[in-house]
Amino acid sequence: MSYLTWLIPIALLMGATALLAFLWSLRDGQYEDLDGAAQRILLDDGEDRPAAAGGPRYSRPEPE
Amino acid sequence: MTVCCAPGADVGSARRWPSDEEVRLASRALSEQLMQTDLSVPSAHCAACIRAIETALLALPGVEAARLNLTTRRVSVQWLKDGPVPPFFATLTRAGYDAALYTHDQSEDDPEFGRLLRATAVAGFAAMNIMLLSVSVWSGADAGTRHAFHLISALLALPTIAYSGRVFFASAWSALKHRRTNMDVPISVGIVLTLALSLHDTLRNEPHAYFDAVVSLTFFLLVGRTLDHMMRRKARTAIVGLARIMPRGAVTISADGTREYKDVRTIAKGETLFVAPGERIPLDGTITEGRGELDAQLVTGEVEPVNAGPGDHVSAGMLNLNGSLTIRAEREAGESFLSEMIRMMEAAEAGRSGYRRIADRAASLYSPVIHTLAFIAFAGWMAATGDWHRALTIAVSVLIITCPCALGLAVPMVQVMAARRLFERGIALKEGSALERLAETDTVVFDKTGTLTLGDLRVAASTVPENHLEAAAALAFNSRHPAARAIASLRPDSRMAVEDFAEYPGLGIEGRINGALYRLGRPSWACRGVVSDNEKSMSALSCDGELAGTFTFADTPRPDAKEAVQALWEREFELEVLSGDGERAVAAVARDLGFERWRSAMLPADKVARLDELRGQGRKVLMVGDGLNDAPALSAAHVSMAPGNAAEIGRNAADLVFFNASLAAVPAALAIARRAGALVKQNLGLAVIYNVTVLPLALAGHVTPLIAAIAMSLSSILVVANALRLRGDTPKPVAAGRRAGKLAEAAS
Repeated sequence: MSYLTWLIPIALLMGATALLAFLWSLRDGQYEDLDGAAQRILLDDGEDRPAAAGGPRYSRPEPE
Repeated sequence: MTVCCAPGADVGSARRWPSDEEVRLASRALSEQLMQTDLSVPSAHCAACIRAIETALLALPGVEAARLNLTTRRVSVQWLKDGPVPPFFATLTRAGYDAALYTHDQSEDDPEFGRLLRATAVAGFAAMNIMLLSVSVWSGADAGTRHAFHLISALLALPTIAYSGRVFFASAWSALKHRRTNMDVPISVGIVLTLALSLHDTLRNEPHAYFDAVVSLTFFLLVGRTLDHMMRRKARTAIVGLARIMPRGAVTISADGTREYKDVRTIAKGETLFVAPGERIPLDGTITEGRGELDAQLVTGEVEPVNAGPGDHVSAGMLNLNGSLTIRAEREAGESFLSEMIRMMEAAEAGRSGYRRIADRAASLYSPVIHTLAFIAFAGWMAATGDWHRALTIAVSVLIITCPCALGLAVPMVQVMAARRLFERGIALKEGSALERLAETDTVVFDKTGTLTLGDLRVAASTVPENHLEAAAALAFNSRHPAARAIASLRPDSRMAVEDFAEYPGLGIEGRINGALYRLGRPSWACRGVVSDNEKSMSALSCDGELAGTFTFADTPRPDAKEAVQALWEREFELEVLSGDGERAVAAVARDLGFERWRSAMLPADKVARLDELRGQGRKVLMVGDGLNDAPALSAAHVSMAPGNAAEIGRNAADLVFFNASLAAVPAALAIARRAGALVKQNLGLAVIYNVTVLPLALAGHVTPLIAAIAMSLSSILVVANALRLRGDTPKPVAAGRRAGKLAEAAS
């Protein structure tokens, strides 16, 4: 029984962490452009942060 | 770099780019220095597109940032406010993409989607953890551990249901308030009763609790609901991203002669407006100065341009082809021809609001039966054993096991799949109920101009010899008149220089090529002494006063129009054309495409009246149309479709919008809707069979939480798997119908 008092809270905590991570990513706008995210992985350069509600954070790439 | 693949949407080719003033009007200021403009780029669809578009825009001076969202197909550009407006449209066109200005509209903000996603995530988290605990209980935990696990489950389930269940509770409550019942009523009753009973049992340390069932049920239903919402959102963004047709603003001329670009909504009655060639009339009014030809296709459906001069009345939406017009606004944006259409649309929509979705109809049959059964079970066990707790447990287990998990997923999953299949074919479905209405359709009514035809003229016959043809094309290249555009497209690479070009509205164009004076236009004008019986549908070319030849024109049919009409006819739909154009033009197109019935010179109200008449005969009509004059008819029909290049008002009124030029979208949508309708019926049948099978178990009191969980998951998987069977290809026409014989006759 005593090991359960540790394992159950740990399991719940891990689950809750994942939930919080999801809610954070949702608010951060990471689900705004799923199609784009799938395609951008094919591009070598550039920024891959999402464009949040405030507008794009993408800026002019550094000259190579 | 080159454009990688064929664009996904090919609506509207030769279009005018918005002016700088219009771009500024549609942009919003981000800070002191920065402006943000959103452009929709419907043909962007891959990684190479992202790079091509972003690189091209970032290379422009003044552009600070550019980011393409591939889901919404919109690119946000930030640029320096103080500098000139960067040439976005020219740049994107050079990169190979058609672009349109996009204005952010408050009504598109979608807080509901975020709410659904969060509710689903919370329910998913709780369902996983409770299931973890439940499996330990089912595999034989001792009494103390079981009690502890049930308590932890209760602690997880209570806030989860309170948070995630709101979606169902709110909808059920609003249905009950209006004395109706929908799918969410039995769901809510089931959830609340199960939760209450499980709490009671947990506190009394009973062996069974149904927390896992109630939370995973909520999770599954929310997944279905979220997918449903996502599909509608996708369709909506695709439609909103289409190019705007009605002007956003207009140039006003004040009494002292200063010109200013103003938002249409701020222009008052009596103001003087300037409309340059190639622009659309922004408001209803009267021409005070200038003369020109107006293309009224969108407003009345007539293909032939109208010649207008001072004193003539013009309606919002007409395209000014060649004159510089000064117009006195006679109505404000809120009361123009357009808003009259909107008023008619609202009146027409009343006829359709009686439609009830199939899931709600199923629920209204289902919930009284289930709730009565649960009550009978309770009463029966109460009478037999006198143990109210036992009786209540059995009544609730009846509710849980029959809880419309499968039913709640059966319809949305099929509709999500159907919407996906439609989207793959370039058709956006606005809401699920349209799919159900489409499946019932037995009559298809088409508008002519812009729907069956593209509204572009093409040269049907020409008697002009080869040596003059190039000159005619070069001359025609300078005019926006539809007839001239048709002639110019005969020799698109003509490079002959035209001098002294002049356009005479209503008559024709002239210019000097290699020293010779060419005139192209009305036969009687181009070449004195020539009289023709069909002055309007014919143009003559003259060289130094000598007749060189004539052109006759016809409306270009939409690609695949004939095949589409044929396919519909074979599948035994009644077909009809309702057009605002003249009898001769309508009859020619209708006969050519194989229609047996058509009506011409219909006003918007006539179209609605005809649709009402068809409804009175018990017909379910699909209306396909594009113009402003079709908008009321689109609302009045049982279900409606519009092409992507339709006027905004038509796109908004239609239930489905197709983006490809091909008319094959109509039979394809009908086929997919019918297949989806069949799958929905199968799924509802499966749900009924499942309920009939497990109900005796529940009534006999043999349902444990483990059995409930297995039965519910199995039924959900079954209906989802069945929904996934929906294919998107067009079926081969079956040559066994009533009309097959007639076809063979026609062929021989």
